[in-house]
Amino acid sequence: MKISFSINGQPQTVDVEEETPLLWVVRDVLGLKGTKFGCGKAACGACTLHINGEAVRSCSFAVKYAEGANVTTIEGLGTNENPHPVQQAWVEEIVPQCGYCQPGFMMASAALLSKVADPTDDDIDNHIINICRCGTYYRMRKAIKRAATIQNSKTSNS
Amino acid sequence: MKKVFWFFSFFLFLLLVSPLYSNLSSTGMVSAKPPPVNTAAELSTSSAIAFDKMMDVLTHQRCVNCHPSDNVPKQSEASHAHRFDISRVNGQGATNCNTCHQASNNLYSGVPGAPDWALAPHTMRWEGLSRIEIARSMMDPATNGNRSPEDIMHHLTEHELVLWAWEPGVDAEGKPREQPPVPKDEYIKAVKEWIEAGAIIPEETVN
Repeated sequence: MKISFSINGQPQTVDVEEETPLLWVVRDVLGLKGTKFGCGKAACGACTLHINGEAVRSCSFAVKYAEGANVTTIEGLGTNENPHPVQQAWVEEIVPQCGYCQPGFMMASAALLSKVADPTDDDIDNHIINICRCGTYYRMRKAIKRAATIQNSKTSNS
Repeated sequence: MKKVFWFFSFFLFLLLVSPLYSNLSSTGMVSAKPPPVNTAAELSTSSAIAFDKMMDVLTHQRCVNCHPSDNVPKQSEASHAHRFDISRVNGQGATNCNTCHQASNNLYSGVPGAPDWALAPHTMRWEGLSRIEIARSMMDPATNGNRSPEDIMHHLTEHELVLWAWEPGVDAEGKPREQPPVPKDEYIKAVKEWIEAGAIIPEETVN
């Protein structure tokens, strides 16, 4: 079945079985390896990407639901020259250890900041529920708050 | 002495027989007239049977798991708290129901899904309530989203999220989820029969 959507701003059409998880299409058909396979059960969040700006666990998202949607992966969140506030904060706080789960965390955090400009600890606890086996949660919490500051300063300067 | 014996024997007889008479008269069995077809009592009985069949479904985990009383959705046949500390707080936030649940079951991940996947509002909490309490809440416009009995009938018999209970997919281990104990067509028939008969909650027919 042919399914068309935009991914990181580029139009794309894939010909795959409609129930195929979007994660498999993103990684194996489109070659975007930034989004990770973790548990395959929508439990760990390593596969988080955005569908129309909303965080989605792509291992549990049939590609048929991407028809006509705007898909954003970690590759499209920002650029080296103009990183997303979350990416900038992640670098500045030196968040990752092994790094495997971090793209999913960054996508979830970007979705949080798009809805809550100044997230509290409770907001972070309630909405950033991905799993990091290295235990980088403390640095991520600091990075999310730093990202909020970066985002808000960009907004006030624009 | 004999007179006293017979007097007490007759009195004892009356005592023994009076409850029986009372029961018979309350069911109309001592009425001089033959009972008409489809008496109120008979209708009430068939309505009560339909009610029980409907409630066998509505009190099943497939329904109650998403009608929590503590704002925490439940999972599985054991109705344990939703993993990952999910609660009503997630609502429409960055991590919400649709972060993982889509409009259909996902057979790869074992994540269930149906259109409008969401928790019932807190006013429609059923967890921990009796059948009678659930029925009262379900039929009360103050707690049911201002729905009429007809609205409720359509919701219970046509909404895809409700009917998902008979197509619940598989769990994270690939095992089929348990379905409600009444077949879908029998449930739909029972709901319609109960509501069309006046949505009488059985307890309320006692008086």
